Amino acid sequence: MDEFYRIPIGTWGRDIFDWFKETFQWLIDIFTVVVKSAVEGLVDLLLVTPTPIVILLLALIGWYLRSWQLAVGTVISLLVVDSMGFWESTMQTLGLVIIATLIAIAIAVPLGILAAKNDTVSAVVKPVLDFMQTMPAFVYLIPAVLLFSIGFVPGIFATVIFSLPPGVRFTELGIRGVDSETVEAGHAFGVTPGKILRGIQLPLATPTIMAGINQVIMLALSMAVLAGFVGADGLGKDVVAAVATQRLELGIEAGLCVVIIAVFLDRLTAALGNRADYPTSIRATLSRRKSNKAIAAARSRIITVPTHQSAPLNILEKVAK
Amino acid sequence: MTDQLPATLVATAPRDSPPDERPLAIDVSNVYKVFGKRPQEVVQHLKTGRDRDDLLGLGTAAVIDVSFNVQKGEIFVVMGLSGSGKSTLIRMLNGLNPASEGSIMVLGEEVVGCSATELRERRRDKMSMVFQHFALLPHRTVVDNVAYGLESQGLPAVERQERARHWLDRVGLGEWADSLPGQLSGGMKQRVGIARAFAADTEILLMDEAFSALDPLIRREMQELLIELQGELGKTIVFITHDLNEAMFLGDRIAVMRNGRIVQVGTPNRILTDPANDYVAQFVQDVDRARILTAGDVMEPARSVVRATAGPRTALDTMRRLQVSACYVTDDRHRLLGIVRDKDMMRLVREEGTDLTERMCPVPSIVKPNQLMANLFEMVVESSLPIAVTDDDDRLLGVVPRVTLLASLANLPPATSAISIVKPPGNPASGEKGAF
Repeated sequence: MDEFYRIPIGTWGRDIFDWFKETFQWLIDIFTVVVKSAVEGLVDLLLVTPTPIVILLLALIGWYLRSWQLAVGTVISLLVVDSMGFWESTMQTLGLVIIATLIAIAIAVPLGILAAKNDTVSAVVKPVLDFMQTMPAFVYLIPAVLLFSIGFVPGIFATVIFSLPPGVRFTELGIRGVDSETVEAGHAFGVTPGKILRGIQLPLATPTIMAGINQVIMLALSMAVLAGFVGADGLGKDVVAAVATQRLELGIEAGLCVVIIAVFLDRLTAALGNRADYPTSIRATLSRRKSNKAIAAARSRIITVPTHQSAPLNILEKVAK
Repeated sequence: MTDQLPATLVATAPRDSPPDERPLAIDVSNVYKVFGKRPQEVVQHLKTGRDRDDLLGLGTAAVIDVSFNVQKGEIFVVMGLSGSGKSTLIRMLNGLNPASEGSIMVLGEEVVGCSATELRERRRDKMSMVFQHFALLPHRTVVDNVAYGLESQGLPAVERQERARHWLDRVGLGEWADSLPGQLSGGMKQRVGIARAFAADTEILLMDEAFSALDPLIRREMQELLIELQGELGKTIVFITHDLNEAMFLGDRIAVMRNGRIVQVGTPNRILTDPANDYVAQFVQDVDRARILTAGDVMEPARSVVRATAGPRTALDTMRRLQVSACYVTDDRHRLLGIVRDKDMMRLVREEGTDLTERMCPVPSIVKPNQLMANLFEMVVESSLPIAVTDDDDRLLGVVPRVTLLASLANLPPATSAISIVKPPGNPASGEKGAF
C-alpha cells in the first residue's frame, strides 16, 4: 500500500539531474574553469595587495558612492577584522560574494527586462522564482557538490541560485513601474524600443533595480557563509568549524566579520541607486560642479543672446525660483 | 437692403468660415477601437447596431464608427468627458493604439495596418505629441528633453542643441536649458513639452489634454501661447480636452464625443448655437458664452437707418415709424457716418434746414464683428444707444442692443426680431417723441 502511494518525485529529480549532468558536462566544465579562475584571481589580488591599501581603496569607494562617514567606518571596521586575524577569510568571502553577485546580476537583469516586456515570460518566471526562494538554501548545496565537487565553484553556484530571485523581481517591477506616459513619449517621437529601454526605462528603473541588487548581495552573503559547508574557503568555513567544534569565540569573531562585510556592502549598494540622497559623496560633488559649470555657461550665453520673454513669464520664473 | 447685408458679411468672420477648401491633413473614416480578446467580433456586432454595453463580455469598445477630417493648419479639438474615448482616438492617429477597423489617412498615407517601422517613421517625421502629465524625461536636462525628437530624427548634436535652445527661448525658458525637469513648475514643464513637440518640426501636433493638469491662470497663458505659435507656424493641431471653454477658445472646429462616438462636429459657434442633441446642449449650457460669441454672432439688422442724403423729415419719419429716438446715418455705400437724434431733427425742421449731417453726432460705440461679447458689456453700459457693428470699410453691418446682449448670455435665441433697437421707452429723449 505504502509503495503504491509513493510518488518518486525525488528519484525523478535525480534522474533529470543525472541526464543534465551527462548532457551538459562540457558546459559544467567551462563554468567551473571560468568561475574558479575568476574567484581565485580576485581573492589572490585582494590578498597580494597590502592590507592597508585594500582598506584605503574600499574606504575611498565608500566615500565616492556615499559619504566620508562610510569611509571612516570602513577603515575602522576592516582594521578590526584584520586585528582578529580574519583578513584572509574575509577577503575570500568578499571575492566569492562579488563574483556570485556579478553572475547573478548578469542573469537577473536581462531576465527581469524580458519578464517586464513579455507577460508570458513573466508568468513562467514568477513560479520558478518562488520555487528558488522557498526551497531551503541547504538543498542547493547537494547538486552543487555533485556538479562541481567541492571548493569555491559549488559555493558560487548555490549562491547565484539563491540570490537571483530578488534581482529578477526588482528589475521587472522597476521597468513596469516607469511612468507609462514617459515611455509613450518615446514611442510618440518615433524612438526604437531598444533606445526606449536604454534611454528611458532602464535609467528610470535604476533606483528599483539597485534596490534589487542590494537584496541580491545580502542574500549572496548569507549563502556564502553556507558555502563553507561545501568547502568554499572563507568566513563560512570558519563558522562551520566553530559550529562543529563548539568554539563560541571563533563563532563570534567570524560572525562579526560577516556582519562588517554585510554592512559595508549594504550601505554601498543602497547609495548606488539614490545619488541625490548623498550630497557629500565624491560622485555627487563632481556632478554638481559639472552642472554648475554648464549653468554658468548657459547664463553667459543668455546675456549675449536676447530672449523673447513676456512679462508674466518672468514673474512666474521668479516665483518658481 | 440693410437687412440682407449683414448675413453675407457675418460669414467672413474668421471663426465661422469652414476651412473646407484647405487640403486634408488627417482623414479618419469609420474607425473602431475595441480593447479585449476578440475585437473583430465586437466590431461586427456594433455594426449590426448592438449597444456597446451589451458586448462588454467580448471587449470594451472605446471608439465606435468615428469619422472626421482635419484640414491643414487647423486646430481641431476633440472634446468629451473622461471615458468618452477621446484619448484612445488621438492615440490611434499615431498608432500608439492600433485601430481595430477603419481607415486613418495622415498626410495622404494610411496608418491602420502599418508595420512598426513604418509607424515609427510617421511618428518621427510627421506627428509629435504633447502629453497631459508632460512626460518629460526626468534624468535629462531641459534642453536635452526638447532635443529628444530631433535625436530620433538623427540630427547632428550641434544642430540639435541649437534648435532646442531656440525653442526654449521661444517658449520663454532659455535660462532653464541646463536644469533638470524636476526643478520646473508644472506650467514650465508643459512649456518644455510644447517646445519639444514644436522643435521636432512635424506637420501635425497631437495634444492629449495638454493643459488639463495646469491651474487656470497658467492654462490660459498656455492656450494663448499655443494660439500664437500656431498662428505663426500654421501647424495642424489635434487637441484633446474635457474642458469646453478650452475647446471653444482653441478650436477652429470641435468634435464632441460621447461613449466612443462623435455626436457633433462643427465650429465653436455652431456647437453653441445649434447643438446637435440634448447631450451637447447640456454640455454647452455652462459655457462662458461672452468669451466665445462675437458681436457678429449676436448682432441684429440695423433698422433705424437713414441715408445722409435724406432730409431731416425722412429721419424723423423713420424714427416715428420705429418708435425710437435716434437713428444711424449712412452714406450711399452703407458706410456709417454718425447718428442723429429726434430732438435735433425737429429743431432742424423748424429752422428749415435740409442737410441732416449738420446736426449729426458721432456714434458712441462702434465695434468690429469679431469683437468678443465680453468686451461689449462696458460699452453698452456707458451708452444708451445700441452698439454699431461695422466692417473694415466702416460699413454698418448691424447693431447689438443691450437686450440682445443679455438674451444671448442666457439660453435664449441669440437674435429676436421683435426687439426694437434704439433706446427703449423711458429714456429722457422719448418724451419729445409724442410731441412730434
